[in-house]
Amino acid sequence: MSTATNTAKKGGFLAGTANYLDERVGVAGILKEFGRKIFPDHWSFMLGEVALYSFLVLLLSGTFLTFFFQPAMTPVIYDGVYGPLKGAEMSIAYKSALDISFEVRGGLLMRELHHWAALLFVASAGLHMMRVFFTGAFRKPREINWVVGFALFVLSMAGGFTGYSLPDDLLSGNGLRIIDGMIKGLPVIGAYVSSMLFGGEFPGNQIVARLYSLHILLIPAFILIFIVIHLFMVVIHKHTHYSGPGRRDDNVVGYPLMPVYVAKAGGFFFLVFGVLMLVAATVTINPIWLYGGYDPSPVSAGTQPDWYIGWADGALRLAPTHLEVTSGNFTWSWNILVPMIVLILLLVLVAFYPFFEAWVTGDKREHHVLDRPRNAPTRTAIGAAGMTFYAVLWAGASTDLIATHFLLSLNNVLTFLQISLIVLPIVAFWITKRVCLSLQRKDREIVLHGRETGRLVRLPHGEYIEIHEPLDEHEMYKLVDFVDYVPTISRPNAKGKITVATRMRAALSRFYFEDRVAPVNALELAEAHSHGHDAHEAVEAAPAAAKAVEATTPAKKTAAKAPTAKKPAAKPAAKSTAKPAAKKPAAPKKPKA
Amino acid sequence: MADKKSLGSAESEYHFEHDYSAGLAHVSADKIADPGLEPHRVRMTDKSVKHEKTAARQVAIWFFVSIIGSISAIVAYFAFPITDDLGTVRNNTFFVGVSIALGMLAIGFGAVHWAKTLMPDAEVAEARHQTRGAEDVRARAVEIVNLANQESGFSRRKLIRRSLYGALALFPLPGLVLFKDMTTNADPTETLRHTMWKKGTRLTTDPTGTPIKAADLTIGSVFHVIPEGLNDREDMLEQKAKAAVLLVRLDPEEIKSQKELDWGYDGIVAYSKICTHVGCPVALYEQHTHNLLCPCHQSTFDLANDCAVVFGPATRALPQLQITVDAEGYLVAKGDFAEPVGPSFWERTA
Repeated sequence: MSTATNTAKKGGFLAGTANYLDERVGVAGILKEFGRKIFPDHWSFMLGEVALYSFLVLLLSGTFLTFFFQPAMTPVIYDGVYGPLKGAEMSIAYKSALDISFEVRGGLLMRELHHWAALLFVASAGLHMMRVFFTGAFRKPREINWVVGFALFVLSMAGGFTGYSLPDDLLSGNGLRIIDGMIKGLPVIGAYVSSMLFGGEFPGNQIVARLYSLHILLIPAFILIFIVIHLFMVVIHKHTHYSGPGRRDDNVVGYPLMPVYVAKAGGFFFLVFGVLMLVAATVTINPIWLYGGYDPSPVSAGTQPDWYIGWADGALRLAPTHLEVTSGNFTWSWNILVPMIVLILLLVLVAFYPFFEAWVTGDKREHHVLDRPRNAPTRTAIGAAGMTFYAVLWAGASTDLIATHFLLSLNNVLTFLQISLIVLPIVAFWITKRVCLSLQRKDREIVLHGRETGRLVRLPHGEYIEIHEPLDEHEMYKLVDFVDYVPTISRPNAKGKITVATRMRAALSRFYFEDRVAPVNALELAEAHSHGHDAHEAVEAAPAAAKAVEATTPAKKTAAKAPTAKKPAAKPAAKSTAKPAAKKPAAPKKPKA
Repeated sequence: MADKKSLGSAESEYHFEHDYSAGLAHVSADKIADPGLEPHRVRMTDKSVKHEKTAARQVAIWFFVSIIGSISAIVAYFAFPITDDLGTVRNNTFFVGVSIALGMLAIGFGAVHWAKTLMPDAEVAEARHQTRGAEDVRARAVEIVNLANQESGFSRRKLIRRSLYGALALFPLPGLVLFKDMTTNADPTETLRHTMWKKGTRLTTDPTGTPIKAADLTIGSVFHVIPEGLNDREDMLEQKAKAAVLLVRLDPEEIKSQKELDWGYDGIVAYSKICTHVGCPVALYEQHTHNLLCPCHQSTFDLANDCAVVFGPATRALPQLQITVDAEGYLVAKGDFAEPVGPSFWERTA
């Protein structure tokens, strides 16, 4: 005991504090466990951080706003400093939002900071999700964390929409009117749910206060809980890392938490906060004073929801005309139900994708090394198709603006987008898959024959060859370190039956893996090297001649490395892909999307 | 440190304690060998004291810049007060915001610069363990669950178990019922069927409430209309959300629908302004095509043909309000709309 006190005294204040904390909360054990925890480093890992930090900014700026905002819909007459609205009747909510903007120092800054941070929060969460998808970070053991992240993404949109509706201005009121109309379209319960939500008839005098408690209490609490679960699972699994030399499924490569990661991530928090603050100080967003308070009668043309609601609004717009039908005494509003079903279906597909892919591959191993998107061509293509589908819906929310800006017919723009919604994802799928396979073939080419240097050499007997520079082993490993999958066939089970599920899985495995490019293996590499050997020797034998005819491109850092030469005639891409074909039954075939 | 490095250079092999099925993965026996982590590239700050000192100075300068930014933000808060002049809002927002931003960005730049130039930048490897517990741990977990089951008799005592399920299923229901009073409207489908319009209600301009004479309308002119007395009502917005009307005078020759002519007055027709799609106000009128356009989702209605849908996601025509003139020549309604206005709902035609 006395030793501990002595050490504390010797170390001064910091050591004293550390000792105090350790004796009460066991901080030493925590530090020992986590202080040197390794975090891999990559720019794309910062997208999730951006989302996290934006959320912190939202909490801080939002708290400031709650001190001034009054979520009441009682009508009052405006007598504040903003001239154009003087004497207008408006709700207390709208008036207090105006007062925050015009009469509280820093109020407008905080309002804009809050709005920009919300836009960035949803955007960075979405981009983070795409990064996770395209690199296959959702594979075992992270499937559940994908679902948690998905919930966070949906919650972020919900948080955005409830917040957007609070100022009770004309734009947000019309947004609520649309929500009301959509709810009323629900079969059987529509009118009742709408009445519950709005506390009677639309717009009523309840909705702002109700959305307020959702927006400042329930939704942030859920987001916070899910963030905690999300990060807790990151700690359990440890972060993924990109494939590369020394990076494996059974290790984690990166920088220690203390001090490097603390400095980088802590600094990055300030960078995100600073950039948001700079944007808030200089760029106006949601100038509610221009719109006026909510009134069910007027509306302005060309209005847009916040970006993350665009895909839902677009889905409503793209519904074909005359979908609503009356059967007996009841109305089926398919013009509202079909878009809602499409949106929900898209979300469900996103949420369950990891389980689906795991079922197809049957791969039960833990994956901690990320895929390069090209090395999972079908998954990458599915992702591209999904993004395209989302993008067309999103563009659908701007049919009127596209028409007026480009002087097009509104009808044509809509029809074009309706067709695009079906056609473009298929096109995107096909192109992406082809591009991925081509990139994989290029990788093989580079591994087997090195990089083209552009140096043409004439041999003593008159033949021209191009010098290829071999990769160093670290670079090369990055191009060959991936696992490819082979399609399966339907095999009968123990009872001798081929079930529907087996058939489906076999068909899906063909869909996924029929077109594939295998990584170069050691044998192929050895063969390629011995093949280039003749020409290589020839160059070595006649260095003087080679130098004399060296073509225009300046030599790079080839001096240190032994150049491998390859005859241009022996180059065709088909050759490199044909080789594995001879050895494995299902090796790369001719393209067939 | 040394043992961590060796982890990175060891030969790649999946050597976790539990062996999982690789499924359709093609596990090659002839994989190209993992050369291990790349050698560390020495930075200028690692080998030159001069560069190291410069970097240290730069980091400190950033932190000083941050201090200046934060102080200027406080100064700006007082130096740029907000008055009745709206320009002062802009100045306050700009100077306070930019100063705070400087205070934060400089901390960020300093910290990241510190990490990148002065802290070690050699990547290290650390072992990862399978998420799955070790066999003895799993066995103990199963044992605990079994013990708990045995001690409580959870599986054995069916009556207890099933009655518990029943109790747990029912206990949230009172909580749900408590939300019933979120609306006091006993039958929302009934209130959706009626608007403020009655026989003899005058058509007045929106928002002032001035009555409109038939003679005030020339061909092609458009009025945004509310029922007389709307502005005095407690539930003004709720009523307006149903009763808003668009009034247009057309050349009777151009009207294709006999019902439209009959329900109007001398070519003056009144239609509900609430879109039959999701309820936005159909506020845009294109005179030469007689089309009414909803700015929210572009449903388009043909005013010359009983407001039938010609384009967009809506299905139903806008409901028409029967109008006539009273003794003084003012336009009045002949009664309420013949059908519910606005977005569809399940019981609409019931």
